[in-house]
Amino acid sequence: MKYIYELHKRMVDHDLILVYEGEFTQEITKSVLSMAERNMDSSGEESTIKRKVFNVMVECLQNVVKHADQLNNKNPNHNAVFMVGKHEDQYTIISGNPIKDENISIVQEKIDQINSLDKDGLKQLYKDIIKTTEISEKGGAGLGFVDMARKSGQKLEYDFEKMDNGFSFFALKSNIKRQ
Amino acid sequence: MEILNLEGAEDTPKIILDKGNGIYEISGRSLPEDSAEFYQPVLDWIEEYNKDPNPETEFVFKLEYFNTASSKLILDVLSALEDVQGCKITWYFHEDDEDMEEAGEEFSELVEIPFEYKTY
Repeated sequence: MKYIYELHKRMVDHDLILVYEGEFTQEITKSVLSMAERNMDSSGEESTIKRKVFNVMVECLQNVVKHADQLNNKNPNHNAVFMVGKHEDQYTIISGNPIKDENISIVQEKIDQINSLDKDGLKQLYKDIIKTTEISEKGGAGLGFVDMARKSGQKLEYDFEKMDNGFSFFALKSNIKRQ
Repeated sequence: MEILNLEGAEDTPKIILDKGNGIYEISGRSLPEDSAEFYQPVLDWIEEYNKDPNPETEFVFKLEYFNTASSKLILDVLSALEDVQGCKITWYFHEDDEDMEEAGEEFSELVEIPFEYKTY
């Protein structure tokens, strides 16, 4: 049973206030959001920070939901993970989910492009996409990463960890400063 | 004309479109699972309304939050309203919500309708 304590300790060490691992749906998204909101409310977090955290959480969670729908497989190793860290100086919103190796470069290029832009560049990119985009079958507008970068005001951090069978684990982290 | 009245939920906004009483309002949170499906009745209603609109249409957005998929549909709603003679937008934002204020400004740059900003 030692792993229970270890898991607990690891969460505390990383200042994680919320960790969810498993299947991702709209219902789960709503539950996770309301838990995180309650935590921020009870700790009296400033409303501007709360809104930004909520905003980034929604885009992050819905990204994972849409991606999971698209993969449509029941392999439990292909579940995703979502976590929120609350540090002294910032919140961190983290998601991790398997993606097909062949999609790595598309995702990477998109995020690198976003990270290369400043505030005005991101605003322009957002307007360019929203003018031309059609809502995809997955229900996305292709604006999620851009919005996460805009609302957090920080670069998006990411990593791809090799799994098996042509999949890699895509970890994405947004940081939101707590002034 | 029929009134479109949708109760808000934790992930969908409250919507009232009422020609008889001159009330046109979308308020609350918008992060539906399928934003295109959710906003379709609104787009249909506006299309119908535009066949014989009131002389003035003050369309109110009082959103606390919307996700990016909704933002695309909000732009579609605004584009539909562009065709309505005598339409203007009132964009509400919470007084300390700069992001919502900026979102309104961005929409106003993408469509040809007068915007008025109010805080709550």
